[in-house]
Amino acid sequence: MPHYFLAVNHDEAGAAEMAEMTMEQMQPVFEAVDAFNTDLRTEGAWVFAGGLLGPEASTVVDATGDAPVVTDGPFSEAKEYLGGFWIIDAADLDAALEWARKGSAACRGKVEVRPFQPEG
Amino acid sequence: METIERVYREEFGRVVASLVRRFGDIDVAEDAAGEALLVALERWPRDGVPPNPGAWLTTTAARKAIDRIRRESHRDAKHRAAEMITDDTPHEPTGVVGDDRLRLVFTCCHPALAPEARVALTLRLLGGLTVAEIAHAFFVPETTMAQRITRAKRKIAGAHIPYRVPEPADLPARLGAVLAVVYLVFNEGYLATSGTATRDDLAAEAIRLGRMLRQLLPDDLEVRGLLALMLLTEARRPSRVAADGTLVPLPEQDRGGWSRPLIAEGHALVRECLAAGRPGRYQVMAAVNAVHTDAVTADETEWRSVVALYDQLLRLDPNPVVALNRAVAVAELDGPELALAIVDRLPPEQMTRYHAWHVTRADLLRRLGRSAEARAAYDAALALTDNPAETAYLTRRRDQLVSPPPGG
Repeated sequence: MPHYFLAVNHDEAGAAEMAEMTMEQMQPVFEAVDAFNTDLRTEGAWVFAGGLLGPEASTVVDATGDAPVVTDGPFSEAKEYLGGFWIIDAADLDAALEWARKGSAACRGKVEVRPFQPEG
Repeated sequence: METIERVYREEFGRVVASLVRRFGDIDVAEDAAGEALLVALERWPRDGVPPNPGAWLTTTAARKAIDRIRRESHRDAKHRAAEMITDDTPHEPTGVVGDDRLRLVFTCCHPALAPEARVALTLRLLGGLTVAEIAHAFFVPETTMAQRITRAKRKIAGAHIPYRVPEPADLPARLGAVLAVVYLVFNEGYLATSGTATRDDLAAEAIRLGRMLRQLLPDDLEVRGLLALMLLTEARRPSRVAADGTLVPLPEQDRGGWSRPLIAEGHALVRECLAAGRPGRYQVMAAVNAVHTDAVTADETEWRSVVALYDQLLRLDPNPVVALNRAVAVAELDGPELALAIVDRLPPEQMTRYHAWHVTRADLLRRLGRSAEARAAYDAALALTDNPAETAYLTRRRDQLVSPPPGG
């Protein structure tokens, strides 16, 4: 079955809003995401998932030149960055879009669906 | 030669759809259908057109596709699974109906594809139009259109967009995207955005797709409504453009020139829709056109019914374009002043870029004797259209205004 990458992109405005939320306010979101993850496992669609620390925790390695260069922070000033993701198994795009719909409702954020390249 | 091309165009969608189901690859299907045409062009003039040309083309194209897959699997063993060649397993049940073309329509009009790509793919794979013809129809360079189609086909393959009729629960929403594509093709044919007054070929293609959908989904009322809407609009084509190339608005059209057979067919469909009593936006738009085509003269138009239908349409589809069309009918029923008040209350951020809004305002201001404002509105409308017939009409109307142009 094809794999799909379900990306949850964050932007600074959204991140600021989330930072303002109390644990009590966050609790329903955590529970919804847990329930969604359980659904993925039950249906055999789960491959891997995780939330990422923010871009302030990221480090870029560039070994395209003669000597590798290690730099602090993301390599671009992109307005959006990857906040978390699921990798799922789905029969086709319609099935993946249906999981994305549930995931988006659970985490209260937009979800981008990216197919993987076919395995050679 | 002409017969072959007509038969080919008519059968193209069926041939491609059947090969896509069998081989699971749009490119293979499309190329094989093209090769089958070459064989037909060589043999049919000599041997005559076979009794079932569609089946002949499908068989010939399937052989070509198998040849190609064999060649490619020799070259690159892992590229294609060999079992595909002999896979004659019955196709998956489709839920609603089993026609290959219907699955292909839903693939071409999948919401994961950009709207302009949906239109192009539908015309290419189901309508059998060449990339050059589609590019010409939408006034984009052929290379641009080729890229658009290639990109969409790559996404279908890469993202695994299914080749399947949606489940009944998802059907209304997904069918909406299909009907929108067909209606968009029709509208571009009916009043081309630029270049030429009408694109008869596109309107005819949209009606053909509409008839095909009606055949495939005979119980769907919106499919029926859209076909009726297109037929009743198309019926008026002969009177829409004057001999000098000027657009003729509905009230001034020669109703004797309208196509009676198309009107009769459209009216019958509208009556079926009314009897079913489950209105949707295409059905209501068709009903509006049924009222217009029912009136022997423009003065006999049942404007009260038209306004009532637009009220219903606004409830189903609350958008300012519908409100604008309703205002045109209100002008006939309650006078231009009331209509202008409605038109001027519509959201300016959308309407000032929409040429029909300026056309409607110009006409209402003209009828109210507010010539200077009417002139400005005609100028604004003219700036937003490239259609030569409409430009000629609007220019004539503007130049007939009684007051002199400002400063003139």
